[in-house]
Amino acid sequence: MALLDVKNLSITFGGLHAVDDFNLSVEEGQLYGLIGPNGAGKTTVFNLLTGVYKPTSGTILLDGRDITGHKSAEINKDGIARTFQNIRLFHQLSVIDNVKAALHGSFKYSTFEAMFHIGRFSSTEKELREKALSILRVFGLDTVSEILSSNLPYGQQRKLEIARAMATEPKLLLLDEPAAGMNPNETAELMETISLIRDKYKITILLIEHDMKLVSGICEYVTVLNFGKVLAEGKTKEVLANPEVIRAYLGDDE
Amino acid sequence: MKKPNLSKKSAGRFTTYAIVAAAWAVLEIMLHTGLMSSHMQGLLVPMAYYAIVAVGLNLCVGILGELSLGHAGFMCVGAFSGALFSLLTAGKLPDGLRFFLALVIGVLLSALAGFLIGIPVLRLNGDYLAIVTLAFGEIIKNIINALYLGIDSKGMHVSFESQAALNMEPEGQILINGAMGVTGTPHDSNFTIAIVLLLLSLVIVQNFIDSMDGRAVMSIRDNRIAAESIGIPVTKYKMLAFTVSAAIAGMAGVIFSHNIATLQSTSQYFGYNVSIMILVYVVLGGIGNIRGSVIAAAILYMLPELLRGLNKYRMLIYSIVLIAVMIFNWAPGAIEKRTRFFDRIRKGIRNGAA
Repeated sequence: MALLDVKNLSITFGGLHAVDDFNLSVEEGQLYGLIGPNGAGKTTVFNLLTGVYKPTSGTILLDGRDITGHKSAEINKDGIARTFQNIRLFHQLSVIDNVKAALHGSFKYSTFEAMFHIGRFSSTEKELREKALSILRVFGLDTVSEILSSNLPYGQQRKLEIARAMATEPKLLLLDEPAAGMNPNETAELMETISLIRDKYKITILLIEHDMKLVSGICEYVTVLNFGKVLAEGKTKEVLANPEVIRAYLGDDE
Repeated sequence: MKKPNLSKKSAGRFTTYAIVAAAWAVLEIMLHTGLMSSHMQGLLVPMAYYAIVAVGLNLCVGILGELSLGHAGFMCVGAFSGALFSLLTAGKLPDGLRFFLALVIGVLLSALAGFLIGIPVLRLNGDYLAIVTLAFGEIIKNIINALYLGIDSKGMHVSFESQAALNMEPEGQILINGAMGVTGTPHDSNFTIAIVLLLLSLVIVQNFIDSMDGRAVMSIRDNRIAAESIGIPVTKYKMLAFTVSAAIAGMAGVIFSHNIATLQSTSQYFGYNVSIMILVYVVLGGIGNIRGSVIAAAILYMLPELLRGLNKYRMLIYSIVLIAVMIFNWAPGAIEKRTRFFDRIRKGIRNGAA
């Protein structure tokens, strides 16, 4: 059974069919790419999967459970975490506090204990800190843990966003254009990081990307989206050689 | 030298407590050695309770990132509920216990008011909270201003017309006499109690910020969509922070009502201009900077009172000071100079100690 099974997903904004009859099946452990020209509806698909938008019709199954229409926070608890195309860090919090905020669900003490720093507070905060540091270490961010996240260089901000998503221990990680705005060196480093976390955490990854080198380098399967509809899907190499896909990306030669 | 085992954050917290305690000690000494004019003496408790409201409001504005223009309204709820409790139990309970219970009741009722307002408003995104709290403050002030409340052997009497309309037995007790307000509330609060409660609210707010709950609230402030994406229940934490903020304002209200001979629900005490004045303390002290709120509240409350001798020029000087504080706290150049200045002092102290 597929980990993520999306059937006939559609959403319309007014008269615009932003995503129309979208189907997707991602097996556990896969690194799956979602590609398509600008405005094809890729980010809208992500927003549907993570509950930012409610679909007009269709179902989303995660691990066989129907999660259609769940709210964003619930969907994270169901097991999906994501990053954003335009980086959304907690910019006034330090690097480590960004990750600590994401560990919110795995630790517990009462608000009363929080207000007076008593009871479970100290021991829990100590564990929380160690856990957050261990996550930051995986991404090479432990040395900058105390600086303000908005002061990080761009490439590290992208990494921190992935680290924050990973801290919620998802089954499925959605990456929205992780290499956007990166130079070739940073992209290569990012590819390594993505492969590394997939192998280390045995996690399934679905990513949107424009950088074809990155897609063909790490994605085993891709789905191509154009004007809200699925244009092609299958093994990366075969799909990228498909003349329809090339036309959608490069246009007709007229 | 062995460094004390304090993180930077907790060191910052204790500095704030130390500043408040030091200010209390100096003012108490001045108070008992007769160095303070009676006018000045009367300003001490108000200074402390406005500092408390500023701390509470900063939790709402700086940490939660929602604008409230009705904190004077929560003060009003706390002031009147606390005063009524004290009036009803005067002579029946020991003074200390009575004031403690009045505090509990004032805090709970203002928290309840905050909670009820939050239920519809905090689900929305945008500036709705500012609009609704502004209206709440005015409504609560005007309702209490028109309210007549009395008690006799038959129970409570309520009227919105006149004292006569209460139909009280002759030996009955008038609790709220319309616009004349509440008189005879026992004078239970003093400067020391107010400072202790200021410290309590500082402990609560500063500890809250440096905890999982505080981080959840600040993550919502910084990016709501991202906070949802990592599973933070946004409405719950907005409600929590706003309710605590309202409760702290209510606590200040209880101190207020137990420090004043006649408690009236007028614009002078509970109008929107008071809410704005407290917001000015918060903004000029630094949004999200709790210590700054206390210092700004103390200085900016005292200043116009101390300038009373200058009559006409009073508000002119006050506004110049506001601008100066704003530049000191917010202008990038000033921040840089300030940091360098304090670093040099710190280095000087360290070299002096070595």
